[in-house]
Amino acid sequence: MAILDLAGANQSTVSFITNYGHRLYSDDFLLQLDHCFGQGDFYENQTNPRAIETFLRSALDFPDEAFDGALVWDVLEYLSPGLLAMVVERLRAMLKPGSSLLAVFHNEERAETVPSYSFRIHGHRTIQLASRGRRQPAQFFNNRSLEKLFQDFQSVKFFLTRDHLREVIVRR
Amino acid sequence: MSVWNRRKEEEFTTRPVSGPPAPSELAKEGIPMSTLPGRNSESHHETARTAVLGKSVIVKGQIFSREDLTIDGEVEGTVELQEHRLTVGPNGKVRASVKARELVVLGTIHGNVETTDKIDIRKEAKLVGDIKTARIVIEDGAYFKGNIDIVRAETPRAAAPQPKPPAVATAPAATSSPSAAASSASPVLAAGAGEAKR
Repeated sequence: MAILDLAGANQSTVSFITNYGHRLYSDDFLLQLDHCFGQGDFYENQTNPRAIETFLRSALDFPDEAFDGALVWDVLEYLSPGLLAMVVERLRAMLKPGSSLLAVFHNEERAETVPSYSFRIHGHRTIQLASRGRRQPAQFFNNRSLEKLFQDFQSVKFFLTRDHLREVIVRR
Repeated sequence: MSVWNRRKEEEFTTRPVSGPPAPSELAKEGIPMSTLPGRNSESHHETARTAVLGKSVIVKGQIFSREDLTIDGEVEGTVELQEHRLTVGPNGKVRASVKARELVVLGTIHGNVETTDKIDIRKEAKLVGDIKTARIVIEDGAYFKGNIDIVRAETPRAAAPQPKPPAVATAPAATSSPSAAASSASPVLAAGAGEAKR
């Protein structure tokens, strides 16, 4: 299987996925975001069509149905609504029908900034969250808005986890 | 290309940096013709296993090496060291497809990488490209973008179609058949077997 991991390459996730014989495509999505939109107003820059085009080309330039699963983690929280819709649509196209996408959203409604993490899979039951500082999320997501966000997918499941995180598993 | 075969600087402070090593120079190496004949011939035997491209060197084209190579300069093209180790130093910038036995990255590589043994991406290194390797180590702080395809040792898979032949092949087949059977039965089982080994 081919798995997309947007948390950035780290040893534990690489070992976990590849030990199953799967192929892993790894990229640091947040770093790409910062690279494309980081200078000046982060969210204002995300409305610039040229910057968006550059970003999508550098971060999500894959053929349709290229992946059997996607580990998106918390990166969708840092996308302005317009870019978010494009990214989710792109992710849907990149996934094979029936495959799954894992995303994580913070649960704190009024927080101005939320902790950002590098997610590392340590085993079947353990995910390590390595801190990457705090970031201002673009918007807050509740169950309803998440359902709307992933409305073109087959199904959406929510799980409340520790650390004020909501885990979302979406089936393409 | 005078930097080819340049070893640690302290060993070569007295060696004149001459023009590019013409093919004929290889033949001369056995003959003590330099200013330090005795020491030079000795050091050739000891250190000729690692070539170094210094940080002020830029190479565009193909590099084939039959010894370990350290690149601390810039390379564009292809780099091939089938049986040897390539080290991309902290100043190294490689825009090339790379084939080697082992790769250590401290600098930057843009290009696809294939090793038969191991890739080691150190802290602050940057690798953009697809990787095919048997083993990989990624230090925290390294940046990697691309596919990782772990190529397992081929013995069990090569043996997979062989269970049919009778008694003659039983001894080698006996050791490999359980995992081969697992891998053909289901990918999950095969993965489990691989994991158990670790």
